[in-house]
Amino acid sequence: MLKLADFKTNEKSWWCPGCGDFGVLAALQRALVDLGKPPHEVAIVAGIGCSGKIGNYINCYNFHVVHGRTLPTAMGLKLANRRLTVIAAGGDGDGYAIGGNHFLHAIRRNVDITYIVMDNQIYGLTKGQVSPTSGVGFVTRSSPHGNIERPVRPLQLAIAAGATFVASGFSSDIKQLASLIKQGIEHKGFALINVYSPCVTFNKVNTYDWFKETLINLDEDPNYDPTDRAAALAKLIETDEQVRGLVYKAEQPSFEELFPGFREEPIVHQDWTMPPEEFEKLLARYR
Amino acid sequence: MRERHLVAWRIGGEQGQGIDSTGEMLATVCNRLGYYIYGYRHFSSRIKGGHSNYKIRISTEPVLSTSSDTDVLVAIDQETIDRNHHELVPGSIVIADARFSPQLPEGCPARLLPVPLTQIAQDLGDAVMRNTVSLGVSAYLLGLPLQEFEKALQERFAKRPELAEKNVAVLRAGYEYAQEHLPRLEWTLAPGDGKARLIMMGNDAVALGAVAAGCRFCAAYPITPASEIMENMMAILPRFGGVVVQAEDEIAAISACIGAGFAGARALTATAGPGISLMQEAIGLAHAAEIPLVIVDTQRGGPSTGMPTKQEQSDLFAILFGSHGDTTRIALAPSTVEEAFYDTVTAFNLADKYQCPVFLVSDLSLALNKQTVEQLDLSRVTIDRGLLLTDEEIAAQAEEDGFRRYRITESGISPRPLPGQPKGQYLATGVEHNEFGKVSEDPRNRVAMMDKRWRKIPQDPRQMGLQGIKYSGPANPDVLLVGIGSTFGPIDDARKALSARGFSVGHAHVRVLAPLPVAELSELMAKATHVVVVEHNQQGQLLQLIEYKVGKALREQGVDLPMMHSVRKYDGTPFLPAEIVARAQEVIRYAEAS
Repeated sequence: MLKLADFKTNEKSWWCPGCGDFGVLAALQRALVDLGKPPHEVAIVAGIGCSGKIGNYINCYNFHVVHGRTLPTAMGLKLANRRLTVIAAGGDGDGYAIGGNHFLHAIRRNVDITYIVMDNQIYGLTKGQVSPTSGVGFVTRSSPHGNIERPVRPLQLAIAAGATFVASGFSSDIKQLASLIKQGIEHKGFALINVYSPCVTFNKVNTYDWFKETLINLDEDPNYDPTDRAAALAKLIETDEQVRGLVYKAEQPSFEELFPGFREEPIVHQDWTMPPEEFEKLLARYR
Repeated sequence: MRERHLVAWRIGGEQGQGIDSTGEMLATVCNRLGYYIYGYRHFSSRIKGGHSNYKIRISTEPVLSTSSDTDVLVAIDQETIDRNHHELVPGSIVIADARFSPQLPEGCPARLLPVPLTQIAQDLGDAVMRNTVSLGVSAYLLGLPLQEFEKALQERFAKRPELAEKNVAVLRAGYEYAQEHLPRLEWTLAPGDGKARLIMMGNDAVALGAVAAGCRFCAAYPITPASEIMENMMAILPRFGGVVVQAEDEIAAISACIGAGFAGARALTATAGPGISLMQEAIGLAHAAEIPLVIVDTQRGGPSTGMPTKQEQSDLFAILFGSHGDTTRIALAPSTVEEAFYDTVTAFNLADKYQCPVFLVSDLSLALNKQTVEQLDLSRVTIDRGLLLTDEEIAAQAEEDGFRRYRITESGISPRPLPGQPKGQYLATGVEHNEFGKVSEDPRNRVAMMDKRWRKIPQDPRQMGLQGIKYSGPANPDVLLVGIGSTFGPIDDARKALSARGFSVGHAHVRVLAPLPVAELSELMAKATHVVVVEHNQQGQLLQLIEYKVGKALREQGVDLPMMHSVRKYDGTPFLPAEIVARAQEVIRYAEAS
């Protein structure tokens, strides 16, 4: 039996006390325990920023990559070894600014990875600049006159781009978040879990209390149907994405299953030796 | 009748008129007849329209360069004549479509043979088959058997038999027209040896080498002149259970390869200059996190968008010094298509052995020009995964003093686990880390880790079992020609020509760009009076590198650098042997006179 302790490291945290990312870490560890995934079969690719440090605090195969490139790296990892549970993790800047294009293309490819975005609407590690999810009028060190750019709405963007699993979490509700992460991992294909994860140091607007007041819990709404794409988009527009719970889910084959010549056996475990007769066949077109 | 052992044939017309496929057909047939081939495509960065031409040198001996002469010019339009007549030599012919009333400029030594190419094609089906008519005419004039062309056409249109039939009919009509109406030439092509070899371009050889080496993951973004590598992988890998991703950009491509490399797969990305620029940050990550992968740079005209369809070798500095911080590089530089195959295999083995990115330095001429390749020897392909840990070894280490992914060893190489192996969990990261992979800013650890990563990569190609220099010529040449990549053929031809003129000339071709074979080069250079570095860039990147690295080594031995000369070409066209001969002679004479 796996225990939470199996996923813990003895690394001292660099996060500020009260950081929302603690909740995300706890929920992720809980989800992995519940799924019974042993640490060596889990790989996490994390980006740059406070959120990107998550790999320091969880016992599994971790890869801390350069800013914004978690998704393509996680894709390569998953395609090379499809037996691993592959999770990409990062922040709103990492995912929706520098990595914005990768986000779109990860969705259209639908590789079987789970993407957790710790969304705090601010750049924390660089000490408080505006982020792509910051609200209009938000005053930060880089928007002293108030933010004039409209925020990215990742959940709508994902659904519009064809995502097959979209969820919204809140880092202080670890139970619900763990359940969403679990569902995301179990989902065959690309799963987005955008988590409202407050920055207690630099974001004095989108605080725990603020989220507690504004977020509507879709999981508690018996009339909400997460398989209805149009209704999901309508809800997100109506609430300005101030929701938590499973937003949308659809069954679609994953990229790797669709790739011609798909084999169950992961690439890293296949025998790569080239049989001479196969090589001859390859050379035939050059004669 | 005079027998010739080397004939240069060129076809030209508008891009999109099937110029390439006609050249391919002739090359394929000649290869099957046992000739050696070197193809050279002149094309522009557009899909249709604009002049394009395809030149093929057909020889009974190995040939690795293009030339400044043409013996048979097939002109689909007048522009082909206008642009290429300067290459026509005494005894040459121009097979021109009678449709456009072809004109040769005054004084041109070639014989003009107008043939109703379009008319014949139209009479038997479709004007677009005019190229096939020209093949029939060429076959007759060169004395090549018609049946081989028929066979090749049937294979090419195997899925569309009616089209195959039409093309064969048109081909025959061309042959027969030539037989009836054209005069015989005063020369003929000597017969080939009948031994069929392979004919392919560098991009084909790289993909074949990668698959043979066990590469089962490729991610790339289309870019000239690298795209065929990804396309080839896409065609081949499904048969072997591999995966290819056409990424959204070069950053995604290399990141995906780094992810696959971390997982333990052999991963390849192929790009050209602009892509190399975009990849630099990720290259640093692969270096710091010690992840194997292979990066192919098919260099082309730069900087910026430069000349995407033209030859250049100006990414040497980007390959060696790109990315931030202190990094080390391994960069192999094949000089022939055959070497591109074996070097790709070697690149994968080195990447695994030293756990780092390995560059394969190609260039447009090597990437896209077809050449004859001897049968590729699969028995020379070995897969060496380097230091991988077994589950037991990991467990024993974990038990003993904790699992250390980045263990500081004497060689600098830390044996690695692959994700999925129990008890081997660690943090791979570009952040400075300790032996366990934990973030560390401890000054002593920092120095130890920097030194470990530096130490693991040998400073001399011989320590990696590599041939750093390919040398031909006398033991103590007076003049040493130095080059890299596809200039091998033209420099080799130039060396022979210069030797015939009484110069004592050697040719040292750099086969490993990093680590540069400093010891071998200094040994050769210490004896020479003149060193002539031949390269395709404006600033003499290879020359500067040699002056800096070899100059230092020679100074340490108390020897002065010999006279260093530079022959540079950056107009987008590949070196012609004659140009190297002329310019090498010029610089040597000038140096001796002054």
